[in-house]
Amino acid sequence: MERAIEVRGLVREFKGGIHAVAGIDLDVAPGEIYGFLGPNGAGKSTTVHMLTTLLPPTAGSATVGGYDIVKEGAAVRRTIGAALQEAALDPLLTGREHLKLQLALHGVPRTERDARTDELLERVGLRLAADRKIGGYSGGMKRRLDLALALAHRPRILFLDEPTTGLDPQSRSALWDEVVRLKRDEGVTVFLTTQYLEEADVLADRVGIIDHGLIVAEGTPTALKAEIGRPTVEAVPTEETEPARLEEIFGRFGELQPSTAGVAVRLDGKGGLADVVRALDAEQVTVAALHLHAPTLDDVFLAKTGRSLEGEEEPSEPEPDPAAA
Amino acid sequence: MSLASQVLHLARRSVIRTIRQPANWITPLVFPLALMAVNTGGLDAATSLPGFPTDSFLAFFLAFPFIQGALFATVNAGVDLARDIQTGFLNRLALTPMQSAALLVGHLGGVIVMGVVQAVWYLAVGLAIGVRIEAGVLGTAVILVLAVLIVLAFGSFGALAALRTGSTEAVHSLFPVFFVFLFISSMNLPRNLIETEWFQVAASLNPVSYLIEAIRSLVIEGWNEEALALGFGIAIGLAIVGLTLSSLSLRTRLART
Repeated sequence: MERAIEVRGLVREFKGGIHAVAGIDLDVAPGEIYGFLGPNGAGKSTTVHMLTTLLPPTAGSATVGGYDIVKEGAAVRRTIGAALQEAALDPLLTGREHLKLQLALHGVPRTERDARTDELLERVGLRLAADRKIGGYSGGMKRRLDLALALAHRPRILFLDEPTTGLDPQSRSALWDEVVRLKRDEGVTVFLTTQYLEEADVLADRVGIIDHGLIVAEGTPTALKAEIGRPTVEAVPTEETEPARLEEIFGRFGELQPSTAGVAVRLDGKGGLADVVRALDAEQVTVAALHLHAPTLDDVFLAKTGRSLEGEEEPSEPEPDPAAA
Repeated sequence: MSLASQVLHLARRSVIRTIRQPANWITPLVFPLALMAVNTGGLDAATSLPGFPTDSFLAFFLAFPFIQGALFATVNAGVDLARDIQTGFLNRLALTPMQSAALLVGHLGGVIVMGVVQAVWYLAVGLAIGVRIEAGVLGTAVILVLAVLIVLAFGSFGALAALRTGSTEAVHSLFPVFFVFLFISSMNLPRNLIETEWFQVAASLNPVSYLIEAIRSLVIEGWNEEALALGFGIAIGLAIVGLTLSSLSLRTRLART
């Protein structure tokens, strides 16, 4: 089966020799939700800009919907919908006006525009706000309109660049539902960038983790976590507990991990949670609480890069500016 | 969708934006006329100078609002385009099958609509307060055509600034520069009556003088072929240069494949 997205050795270099994307390969199957996970500045948005034809690559090749992103840009644009990082909307236009302009520029016949506009507004829950100017929309409403605009011409492939950044949990959940519905009911392929581990975990069929312009891990969330394998046991000490003794006991079962609550160890297979409990009991060490943490995508990121994705404080990846490139 | 249709939709958006920003249309409709009233009150005595081409300073000065209005429309529209770049709206448009030319022409289409409205308004006010267009009805139509050409020419430079810098602040900063050109021109006096030598030279080198004089000639003289040829020639020349440069900048800005 032809891949929805196929990327080979894609590179984007900016002025000063900065490699925002340093040579990536990836494949996305039709109807798949591909989560592109990484910290700010990792190269996610630059990749999306290249795949959506907004930015020519410096090297490498890619096809989207079977069309070459360099040689067949117009065909790619007809095939895809995209909601980029900032919901780029005109504050002086209404939601309805946005959709009508989008539909007109996509060549949707005038006779179909009104019905399609109403359908999209209904789908994203903006029917009542349709004739209000965007300046009065909340962040969640803007994101929903952004999604409706991306879907206006019924694209087969959808690019969502950090679609839930800055959204409240309710809006985030509604957007997740819509992404799942698009895949399930319409077979839309979704390329979703995110810096939220949970989002990638919940939505993505497969995840690619990018760091410093390179893909450091790729696979299903389950497989990636299984690759890391072992869960972590974390103990919260009581006032009487000697941390050194706790660390000594935990050290028998694997590599100690940073913990804000107390002492944590990633089990290395020499024993399970029951063995840890038995060891604590045998040494008569009491703890206030004992937690078993299953591996997360953050553990995967940590294992691959030596850093944690959560709380990552890298400079934001700038919106690629062709005029400055 | 045809290029014309794309242009129409983008021009429509540009006009809607202007209408919804009252400062963008009230200022160009009111301010140039207010300045005309002030200057006419203060400089009316200039008509007594030997060789002054008319006994109505109001008629002499009526060309000024057309140029200043064009500057307002240009800067406002340039700022709108720069804002589209800053907010990413340009990328949204670039992701549609829109042709690149449609963006520039559609944007300038909105500027031209505003230019026509302004020109009709200035003429209507001029006629209402007693100015007589010596070139008659046809001359009035020619004034409108020239006013539109001037708006197009200036507008292309506003678009150029927006596309080159992508910054609303940079486009705003053009306004004083344009204003210098306007004030160092023959807006207040015919060039042959300007006594300060450097000013006369500067006004003669300033293309804005010839734009003003072309409109003015139709108002106060009738049909002055030389003034019209210079005015139209400069407006067309500026438009060609501005459109060429902004097209090239658009190509860089819209680097889509």
